[in-house]
Amino acid sequence: MNFFDFYRQDRWPHMFCPGCGIGTVMNAFFHAFVESGLDQNKTVFVAGIGCSGRIPGYIRADSLHTTHGRPIAFAGGIKVADPDLKVVVFSGDGDLGAIGGNHFINACRRNVELTVICINNYIYGMTGGQASTTTPRDFFSSTTPYGNREYPFDLSEVAVAAGANYVARWTTFHVKQMKKAMQKALLKDGFSFVEIASQCPAQFGRYNQMNSARQVFEWLKASAVPRSKASKLSADHLDLNLMGKITVGEFVERNRESYMKALGVLQ
Amino acid sequence: MSKLEPGTYFMQGDEASVEGAIHAGCKFFAGYPITPATEIAERMARRLRQAGGVFLQLEDEITAIAAIIGASWTGTKAMTATSGPGFSLMQENLGYACMTETPIVIVDVQRSGPSTGQPTRAAQGDVMQARWGSHGDYEVIALAPNSVQEMFDLTITAFNLSERYRVPAIVLSDADIGHMRGTFVIPEKVEIVDRKYHTKPVSYNAFAYDENLVPNFPKFGQGHRVHITGLTHDISGYPKTTDAKVHEALVTRLVNKIRLHREDICRAEVINPHADSLVVAYGSPSNSVYEVVNERADVGLFRPITLWPFPEEQLRECAAHARRILVLEMNMGQIYWEVERIARKSPCEKIELLTRLGGDVHTPEEILEKLA
Repeated sequence: MNFFDFYRQDRWPHMFCPGCGIGTVMNAFFHAFVESGLDQNKTVFVAGIGCSGRIPGYIRADSLHTTHGRPIAFAGGIKVADPDLKVVVFSGDGDLGAIGGNHFINACRRNVELTVICINNYIYGMTGGQASTTTPRDFFSSTTPYGNREYPFDLSEVAVAAGANYVARWTTFHVKQMKKAMQKALLKDGFSFVEIASQCPAQFGRYNQMNSARQVFEWLKASAVPRSKASKLSADHLDLNLMGKITVGEFVERNRESYMKALGVLQ
Repeated sequence: MSKLEPGTYFMQGDEASVEGAIHAGCKFFAGYPITPATEIAERMARRLRQAGGVFLQLEDEITAIAAIIGASWTGTKAMTATSGPGFSLMQENLGYACMTETPIVIVDVQRSGPSTGQPTRAAQGDVMQARWGSHGDYEVIALAPNSVQEMFDLTITAFNLSERYRVPAIVLSDADIGHMRGTFVIPEKVEIVDRKYHTKPVSYNAFAYDENLVPNFPKFGQGHRVHITGLTHDISGYPKTTDAKVHEALVTRLVNKIRLHREDICRAEVINPHADSLVVAYGSPSNSVYEVVNERADVGLFRPITLWPFPEEQLRECAAHARRILVLEMNMGQIYWEVERIARKSPCEKIELLTRLGGDVHTPEEILEKLA
């Protein structure tokens, strides 16, 4: 299968900004999907609102572009109503950390059979660069002109604490690891979550003195600390971004009973 | 035991609604506990598994409506039930279901509001919310039962209309009807409507339609590879976010597909249509009017069973003969304005509103006194 058997060429050129990390994520996902052996006709892609929400519109498969923050809520309904379908959610830090946080936590807790790919660009890109729940402390945005005074969410640690079966985080620099994590997530029973720290040069970079995609990308690369090393750092360093560090790696891989098995929908 | 056998049953209105849903082919329920609709979720939890369906209790009403929309896209008939506060939370996704033309059924067992109000007391405060609660222009279908029998019947009707027109259908009940215990009959033959499906792959014209204005449904997992979005879209389903003509065509069709079929959708009960005084009532208050019209041949009842779209033509006919019209509502006047709009061109001298709030229903004596 080539790239445009999977993505809709008739919708090219896409709407993402030059230098956006979403292209890297889509490329890695294409390879992960092909190698996972899943059936394109039996996979449904669901998204919320924001830049990440536009990804399923480019995939040649059944796709549901839903309301802001709610893709996991819709996706759960699809999956339980037709367990033969594989359901993949593309989402962002706005959907998952803010408006849809409760759906995210509870879907992890129930261990719903969904794969959620989060493109975390630390900002509301599509609406013009407002602070999000993952914007690092003291970083700038259009709504934090004096620097962000709030502490950010660590979405991956939240997913672990809430009960997901598979959780991994990488940056757009870690293409191979990202692809491998996506593949594992796609084949994992229960709730699987892959968070990609991604560059948004158009907004996040602009507000934080990183004037090119490359500079944001270099920042992600420099900030990434493997989980094995991060655990030896002081407690503050473990919290994502409190000190500008991004812990990467696999956070959990376990086999808690998945939702539909627990409900008796699946044997 | 999937659906109940034909016969006479005794149960609560909320429970009868569950049996109606199962009769209609509902296989998916998602909900969140709320008085006075909780009995629907509780009976669904027990009965859907027996009927080969799935019951989900989710984290809030937003999730509940999202989940039934998702389920509907797999070709599954799906429903949720709630009351005012939950219905308020559902409004954004209700608009999403309108925009994506997703058949779903919502049972709203109304209680006194605004806000938390009086959870166990009946009200009719959500009538306009059912019509206008989500942003933008759209039409939905809303039905108002006034008995345990109609909780069964109109839940089936809601599913049938929702399937036929690919639109959310709302059963606008109230705490009295939902909690009322009584008998109802399941007839030998019940008409069940299923949406029309696309049979061949339709990737590039998923929303193509004919003069009926209702596109066939491309359910997920059949190789259609359709894109469904709440953004303005053309017949391909792809977003068209800046083209005024595409937006106008889409929204006009979403509205017209309901307006065009008013005759099929609109139901009303009329007693003494040529009466001098016409009482307009629906839901709980309408039950008090039966006694009045039994005693007084000069008093008629117009009971809209379909609240949205409002049975305008039927009311206009009755209003042409009436000298005065009295509207009964358990709110500060919602359907009243609809009646006023429709009847003001008739020779009718008085169009009045009699309101009851806080769960008290108009008594026959009060109605007679008002008509004296």
